[in-house]
Amino acid sequence: MGNMQVEHATEHAHPQLGFWRKYVFSTDHKIIGIQYMITAMTMAVVGGLLSMFMRLQLAWPGHAWPALGKIFPVAFAGNIMDPAFYVSLVTMHGTIMVFFLFTAVLTGAFGNFLIPLQIGARDMAFPFLNALSYWVFLLSCIVIISALFVAGGAPLGGWTAYAPLSALGEASGPGEGAGMTLWITALGLFTVSGLMGGLNYVTTILTMRTKGMSMMRLPLTQWSLLITAVLGLLAFPVLLAAAILLTFDRVGGTSFFIPSGIIMNNRLLGNSGGHPLLWQHLFWFFGHPEVYIVILPAMGMASDILSTFCRKPIFSYKMMVYSMVSIAGLSFIVWGHHMFVSGMSPFLGSVFTMTTLVIAVPSAVKTFNWLGTIWGARIRFTTASLFAIGFISVFVSGGLSGIFLGSSAADIYLQDTYFVVAHFHLVMAIAPLFAAFGGIYFWFPKMFGRFMNETLGKLHFWGSLIGVYAVFFPMHILGITGHMRRIYDPLFYDFLKPDKGMNIFVSVSAFCLATVQLVFLANFFVSIFAGRRVKENNPWQATTLEWETPCPTGHGNFGDELPVVHRWAFDYSVPGAKNDFVPQTVPPGAEKV
Amino acid sequence: MPVLTEDRVSDGIGAPPPLTPPSGDGRGEPDSSFPVSSKQIATWLLMTGIAMLFAGLTSAYIVLRGVPTWDKIPLPPQVWVNTLLLLASSLTLELARRSVRADKVVALRQWLGITAVLGIAFVSGQIVLWREMTASGVLLTSTLHSSFFYVLSGIHAVHILGGLIALVLVSVKAWSGRLSSISFEPLRLCATYWHFMGGVWLYLILLLVFG
Amino acid sequence: MADGNGPGRITIAGLAFAFMMLVLIVVSLWLFIAKPWWFPQLASVRGGDIDGVFTAVLIVTGIAFVGVQGVLGYFVARYGSRGTERAGYWHDNPKAEAGLLIGTAVIMTILVFMGQRVWASIYFTDAPPGSLEVQVTGEQFAWNFHYAGPDGVFGRTDAKLITNDGTNPVGLDKKDPASKDDIVVVNEMHAVVGKPVKVRLRSKDVIHSFFLPNMRVKQDAVPGMSILVWLEPTRAGTFELACAELCGLGHYKMKATLTVDKTEQDLNNWAKGKLAEQSGN
Repeated sequence: MGNMQVEHATEHAHPQLGFWRKYVFSTDHKIIGIQYMITAMTMAVVGGLLSMFMRLQLAWPGHAWPALGKIFPVAFAGNIMDPAFYVSLVTMHGTIMVFFLFTAVLTGAFGNFLIPLQIGARDMAFPFLNALSYWVFLLSCIVIISALFVAGGAPLGGWTAYAPLSALGEASGPGEGAGMTLWITALGLFTVSGLMGGLNYVTTILTMRTKGMSMMRLPLTQWSLLITAVLGLLAFPVLLAAAILLTFDRVGGTSFFIPSGIIMNNRLLGNSGGHPLLWQHLFWFFGHPEVYIVILPAMGMASDILSTFCRKPIFSYKMMVYSMVSIAGLSFIVWGHHMFVSGMSPFLGSVFTMTTLVIAVPSAVKTFNWLGTIWGARIRFTTASLFAIGFISVFVSGGLSGIFLGSSAADIYLQDTYFVVAHFHLVMAIAPLFAAFGGIYFWFPKMFGRFMNETLGKLHFWGSLIGVYAVFFPMHILGITGHMRRIYDPLFYDFLKPDKGMNIFVSVSAFCLATVQLVFLANFFVSIFAGRRVKENNPWQATTLEWETPCPTGHGNFGDELPVVHRWAFDYSVPGAKNDFVPQTVPPGAEKV
Repeated sequence: MPVLTEDRVSDGIGAPPPLTPPSGDGRGEPDSSFPVSSKQIATWLLMTGIAMLFAGLTSAYIVLRGVPTWDKIPLPPQVWVNTLLLLASSLTLELARRSVRADKVVALRQWLGITAVLGIAFVSGQIVLWREMTASGVLLTSTLHSSFFYVLSGIHAVHILGGLIALVLVSVKAWSGRLSSISFEPLRLCATYWHFMGGVWLYLILLLVFG
Repeated sequence: MADGNGPGRITIAGLAFAFMMLVLIVVSLWLFIAKPWWFPQLASVRGGDIDGVFTAVLIVTGIAFVGVQGVLGYFVARYGSRGTERAGYWHDNPKAEAGLLIGTAVIMTILVFMGQRVWASIYFTDAPPGSLEVQVTGEQFAWNFHYAGPDGVFGRTDAKLITNDGTNPVGLDKKDPASKDDIVVVNEMHAVVGKPVKVRLRSKDVIHSFFLPNMRVKQDAVPGMSILVWLEPTRAGTFELACAELCGLGHYKMKATLTVDKTEQDLNNWAKGKLAEQSGN
């Protein structure tokens, strides 16, 4: 039955809960966090599998796969992948990964698990609402997956669902009927879940910090989660607004996004007045803050983990906080860089180029600060710290390619090519993934009272580092050769025939990268039950409050008395201190004894 | 030092406000000196999210406003009747708040009841309005302006229904004697939300009629 | 213990990571300098400007990339530990921070200005008078090219006149006298080297994107909009045109061919031939 040693603080007389109330329908933030994590990991496997199919097709278009033809007779009719299936793969891969993996694991899993622990509270401000947010999230996962199985299949408009393709129903393509309805429903549920969570996070961080935990003593993980939650509250409702208008266009006969003069299925539609670009404006007004919702917690966690294993304070904590705040603020005025060639006014194009290159500055500041943290450090190489270091490399690679795309003139050519795919995977998928991996290896002992296997972890790291660069770096080159996105058969074009070898290289690398992830999954699940037991509260010798609690942390988190905080979270290698780290709870002067 | 997060009684009668434990599930003693209660913050955050929803919807309105086929439809007078009903409900809710601060239990229950009735009347009035317009040939799909009218008023009505649920829960508390002049946070929060949705309606109606 | 200045221990993990960064730098330098796979052959005036912006950004980001990944690898190799040593405690340098911040901002500003000059030359300048005009209409899943013919006047088009069977894909009003010499071709576009082409881009159903890689032209075709794109071909030959905005299951096969004729006479001959074909219907 689980390894959660539930310790009952004497002051809190909780009745002994049965298995279901303790581990399934729990309102304990730690359980909810783990539930989010495992659900998100499952969605990652689904989303990852979808991309394996994509890579199979891109490397060997037109190839017959008899085995697949037997298992998936519709998707592989005649043993060859169906073109509609390909674009629905693209759509679902993107949707599942962006929302149901990345947003869910970084804010849902780590947010829930860490917030009360790191601020010194016993639980979230609204534990029941917290549990509810998880169950709504789970429901949204079930709904999105069901879109793959309905008649017509999953939608094929990309995760961005541009109108009018997404607004015209089954007429514009298979999967745009029932599949698209389920897609919209799943995102609506996800939004509701996210809003419930965001409400909880902001309220908890603001009102439930323990004594002495001022805002500027918070770990960067907490700052990032707070800022992200605020971003979510401001951005997700706009997605909801767009989805509502889209639904009315789809089933209500309205014309929000549908102009006059559309011929569908050889019929002139009766709509008039709508504007397809309106969808793009609404979607990207949400969509750009969304990518920062994904990356900010990753930045926060990577910073804290880096500092811990460098035995050195994070360089310029204040600027790290200010840069995250400015990134969040700026994220609301850059959305048009997704629309440079959309037909949007070129004047707006100029404005958005300026704002986009401005937002590069705080990210650059953060990069300098990470380097400044490692300079003069004494690095302890664990799987967690390796992933935090790898995060920096991958984030820099992805961030720099963004500068090409933010320059509107260059973007004319690069838009909708694999250059964009390379950029957003490195910066929004791989970098957050590395930070999440780092977080999992780091906080696993706190969650389960056991270590993950370090040897397998290091194998996972090196395999992943090589793998992600092998998969995504060549995509920059593919984009430069003009390789478009979302293309079922690149070899249809003469100018893309020279890319065949590179596509094969990327696909084979992707298969290897996926295989390496199996090592991680096995390590994770087996270690929950059979990993080496943790014998102390603070195996990594870290300073933050969660490391004052047992491994695993019990219900109520902190025993009889809540901790009192006397310093910031980065007192590593303090001159004159007895140990090379001073936990946040140690009063001034007491570190010397 | 734990900070009192309840509404203060400002009736000038000298007794200092007692230190009551924070409302909650008895989860512990958060020692934060944050001056606002967690439920209050949550309510403001919820309102922020709702505001952004309507901001998204009305920005679409503003963008499409310039289209040739916009065809603004005149709204029947029923819409002003409904608006008055909603504004009146905010007024009666304020009177309910005043009653609880003076510990006038009977008045509190009456004003809460009237507020709920006015709220239901508003939603009913909206349904009447929609039927009236549909009967006169102004449908969801007639013009862009009419589409926006139905969508905006519909989404707003959904939120009023949510507010009504909150109002019912507060009324249950009032009837069972759990609201008093030193502890009426649920009413306060419900009122904040209710007035906010009233404000949203005013904004929407001004946009739809004059925008 | 001492205060942790100076280098740490060199560890295997640190060296391995530094080696990875070295490989990354070498491979990327090779890819971007030797250019074994690179842009398609340039064939337009604006394309040269766009390539220039790309190169400018490449130089800046290349230096940053090599610098940061290199420093990262170097630091990770140099500052390892056995697990017990102490690091330095220093963690602020406002001057350096300000310097780096301002430096980055200055470089970004320069890039913005360089790019904006090209952007303006493409979007804020009109096609020169006397340009060859084409009306391009995208649909699921083909490109329709409508030429005005010798009279230089486009025949009226109306969505209501569009037929299912491909006989009138753009809804040309045959009763309009101006349409008598118009030609409408599917998936075949012609231009003349050195002569600017003015394209009016439309769509019949969903968003498509008019992508000519060699010309460095890309513009979404949005239903309900008529969008102007113009370009000046600098090279004769045949070039591929692709759709670059996901438009449904047939998105991948929206291929067309642009033939840039050497002389205007060649183009006119082609157009005459097409007109004869179409009149024969």
